[in-house]
Amino acid sequence: MVEVHLWSGLRSLTGGQEVVQVQAATTGELLRELVRLHPQLQAPIDAGVSVAVNGRIIAAGLSEPIPEGAEVYLMQRLRGG
Amino acid sequence: MALDDRKSHFTFVGTRPNRPDGLDKVTGRARFGADVTAPGMLFGAILRSPHAHARIVRIDTSKAEAHRDVKAVVTRADFADVPFKPGLEGEFWNVLENVMAGEKALYDGHAVAAVAASSALAARDALKLIEVEYEVLPHVTDVDKAMAPDAPVIREGAADYSVPEGMHPNVVRYHESGHGDVEAGFAEADLVIEDHFVTEATHQGYIEPHACLASLGADGKGELWCCTQGHWIVQKTCAALLGIETAQLRVTASEIGGGFGGKTTVFIEPVALALSRKANRPVKIVMSRSEVLRATGPTASASMDVKIGMKKDGTITAAQGVFRLQGGAFPGAPGDMTAMCAFAPYNLTNVRQVGYDVMSNRPKQAAYRAPGAPMGAFAVESVIDELCKKLGLDPVEVRLKNAVREGTKASYGPTYDRIGLVETLEAAKAHPHYSAPLKPGQGRGVACGFWFNHGGETSVSLALSEDGSAQLMVGTPDIGGSRASMALMAAEVLGIPYENIRVTIADTATLGYNDVSHGSRVTYASGLATIKAAQHAVEKLCERAAAKWGIPVDAVKWENGCAVPSGPNAGDFDPLPLAEITADMGRTGGPISGHFEATPEGAGVSFGTHIVDAEVDPETGKTSITRYTVIQDAGKAIHPAYVEGQFQGGAAQGIGWALNEEYIYGEDGRLQNPVFLDYRIPVASDLPMIDTVIVEVPNPGHPFGVRGVGETGIVPPLAAIANAVSNAAGVRMRQLPMSPPRILAALKGNG
Repeated sequence: MVEVHLWSGLRSLTGGQEVVQVQAATTGELLRELVRLHPQLQAPIDAGVSVAVNGRIIAAGLSEPIPEGAEVYLMQRLRGG
Repeated sequence: MALDDRKSHFTFVGTRPNRPDGLDKVTGRARFGADVTAPGMLFGAILRSPHAHARIVRIDTSKAEAHRDVKAVVTRADFADVPFKPGLEGEFWNVLENVMAGEKALYDGHAVAAVAASSALAARDALKLIEVEYEVLPHVTDVDKAMAPDAPVIREGAADYSVPEGMHPNVVRYHESGHGDVEAGFAEADLVIEDHFVTEATHQGYIEPHACLASLGADGKGELWCCTQGHWIVQKTCAALLGIETAQLRVTASEIGGGFGGKTTVFIEPVALALSRKANRPVKIVMSRSEVLRATGPTASASMDVKIGMKKDGTITAAQGVFRLQGGAFPGAPGDMTAMCAFAPYNLTNVRQVGYDVMSNRPKQAAYRAPGAPMGAFAVESVIDELCKKLGLDPVEVRLKNAVREGTKASYGPTYDRIGLVETLEAAKAHPHYSAPLKPGQGRGVACGFWFNHGGETSVSLALSEDGSAQLMVGTPDIGGSRASMALMAAEVLGIPYENIRVTIADTATLGYNDVSHGSRVTYASGLATIKAAQHAVEKLCERAAAKWGIPVDAVKWENGCAVPSGPNAGDFDPLPLAEITADMGRTGGPISGHFEATPEGAGVSFGTHIVDAEVDPETGKTSITRYTVIQDAGKAIHPAYVEGQFQGGAAQGIGWALNEEYIYGEDGRLQNPVFLDYRIPVASDLPMIDTVIVEVPNPGHPFGVRGVGETGIVPPLAAIANAVSNAAGVRMRQLPMSPPRILAALKGNG
C-alpha cells in the first residue's frame, strides 16, 4: 500500500481525508486508484497534477515506479515560463 | 533512467566558447519573426476593442470586404467550434476566446476582427471600415475589487472544482496547502508580524514583438513561420483552433528576440492562418509594441497577506500566506504556484498557504519567468526582513538557521532531495558585498528565492557526417543560448571539438514532439536528450570499430573521440578516431545517427540568494541600485557565461519590476501606458554591474548534474530590492513598483 498525501484543498473531495491509501506500483496506477476510491478526484486530476515520489517531482509521467514505502505527494501540475 | 554519468572532470562542459549564433546576430543575418516574405504575401491587421468589457451586438464587415485591397476578413465565426470547459481544462477555448472575441470583448485591446490586404497600410486602413456595435458593460481591473460581492461577472461557469462555495464567480481556481498547526506556531513565537503587500502586472518586455507568416490552403495543409518559445504547442493549438489535423500544419520557429514565458502560447498565429485560408494567399502579421502590451500576456498582479512568527533566536515558528492573483479575463493566474513557492526556502513545522486565481477585465496573463513565485517571495521575504530588524538579527544568519536542506519537508509537501540553498547563503555570507560598508542614504537587502524547474516532452536527433562533424537537431527554441550548451554537451560525449557540431532548431515536420522552452527545462531536458542521443551514436561507432577489428563490441570503449580496446585482453589496436569511422560509414552499415525521445522527470528544484544595495533620493524619491550580487545554484554550469547572463537578466528584469514597471489602467478600464516611453523597462543607465556567483550542487536527475537556471533568478529581486529600499528609506515598502511618487508618499507618511 502507498500513502498518498493530498494538498489540503482536496480534502473536500475525499471526505476530509488528507492522506489516502492506495495499491499502486506506478504513477499511472496511483492516479487510477485515487479516482476509483474517490471519484471526485477526477476533476483535479483532469485539470493537471504532478506526483512527487521520494521528493522527485514527476510532472506528467504515468509509468514512473513507486517503490514500496515511498513518500508520495499529489501536487498541482507545475507551469513554467 | 540510469544516471551513471560523471559529475566532474569535463573537457568541454564548463568552458566559455563563442556563441554559434553570434555572427548571424551581429550582422543582421539572423532571421526573426518579421524577417521573412513569401510570393503573393498579404498583410494582416487586427481590430481591437476600445472597451474593457462590452457585449458585441453586431459586427458589419461588408464595407471592408468590398475594399479593392482587402482579400479577406475574419471574425470568430471563421474559427473552429472549440468546447468550453471550466478552469484550465478548457484551455483551447480560453486561448481561442483570447485570440478572437466571441460574444463579449473582455479587455481593452481584445481582438474582435481581422483583415488581410495587399499592403500593411491598406490592412490598417481597412480596419476602420469594420463597424462594431458594442453594449458597454461594467468592468473591473483590480484583483481585490474583482473578488468583491458587487464586482461585475466576467464569465459565469469559469470556476473549476477547487473553488469553495459562496465565492464570487470571478474566482476561478483555489489552492490550499500546508502542514502543522499555524495557530499553535504563532503562539510559540516571540514576535509575529502580519502585513499586506501589492504588486502590479508587468510585461515580459521581450524586444521582438510577435510576428508570423502563415499559409493555409483549402486542403487543410499549412505552413507557419513564427516567433515562439515552442512550435509544437503552436502547431497543436492552431490545429485545434482552425479545425485541421495537427500533422498537416508544419511550424518553423524563427530566431527569437526574447520570450521569458510570454511566447509560450499563440496570439496572432491562428488569425494569420484563418486569413490565409480565406484569402488563399500567405498572410504576415507583425504586432506593434502597443498591441504587445495591450493584448499579449503580462504577468499577474497580486494582493497578498503574509503572517510569520519568529522566536528571539531567529527560529520561524509558523508562517501563513494568502495570495490573490489576477490573470485577466481567463483562468490561469498562478496563485497556486505563488502559494507553493512562497515559503519553500524555509524549514517550517507549521505552514499554511492559500492561492486564488481571479479573473478581471485585463489581457490573459502569460507565464513570466517562475510565474507566480516573485510576488510571493516579495511578501514573505519582506516580513522576514522586518522580523530580523525588530529582533536585531542578521538577515542571512536567520535565513541560514531556517533554510531547507536535503531531507527537509518542503512547505508544499514532499521531502527535498539534494538542494543548494544553504550553499547560496554561505556564499552570500562570505561575499565581500555582504560586509562592504554602506554610504549614508543607502540600504542593503537580501532575499532568497525558489523555483521548481521542469522536464517535459523532448526529442533530439544527432547525425554524423562523413568528415566527422555532427549535426544536432533539437526542438526547443534557443531563448537563452541553448545551442551553445547543447553543442558543449554533445562534444563532451562524442569527444570532438565544440566548433565541429552545428545545432539546429528543427521544425515540427522533422523531429518528434518537443514541449515548449519553458520551466527552465532546455539545458536540463534537451541537454539530457542530447547526451543520450550522442551516447546512442557512440554505441554505433563502437560497433563499427568492433567489426573492423573483429572483436566483440563490449571489448571496445569510447575515449577522447576515439574507439579504443577496452583493455589489454581486447587486442592491440590503435585508437580509431570518430572521423575515420564516419569516413567509411556508408560502406560499413550506413549512416550513423543517435536519437533520444522521453519525458525526463528529474528536473531538480533550484534556489538563489540575492544581495542588493540601493540609494534613495529623499527629494525626488528616485532609487538607484548601486550594487547587486546574484548567487544561485546551477547544479552544473554547462556554459558559465550564459548562466551568468541568465542570473544578470533575472536581476535586471527584477529591478524593472521592483522600481518602475506597471500596467496602469484608467477609470475607463483602458491601459494608459501601452508604449515603452510610458511603460518603463530598465535601460543600461539604470543598472549597476551585476555580480554573479555560480553555486554547483549537482542535480541527481541529470547526467552532468544540470539544474535549470532561467527562472529562479527573477524570484528574489523584488524582495531583495524592496528590503534594500526599505532600509535606505527607513520605511517599509509594501507596494510595487517602488516608483518615485510611491517612495515620496511613503517618506511623507513616515514623517
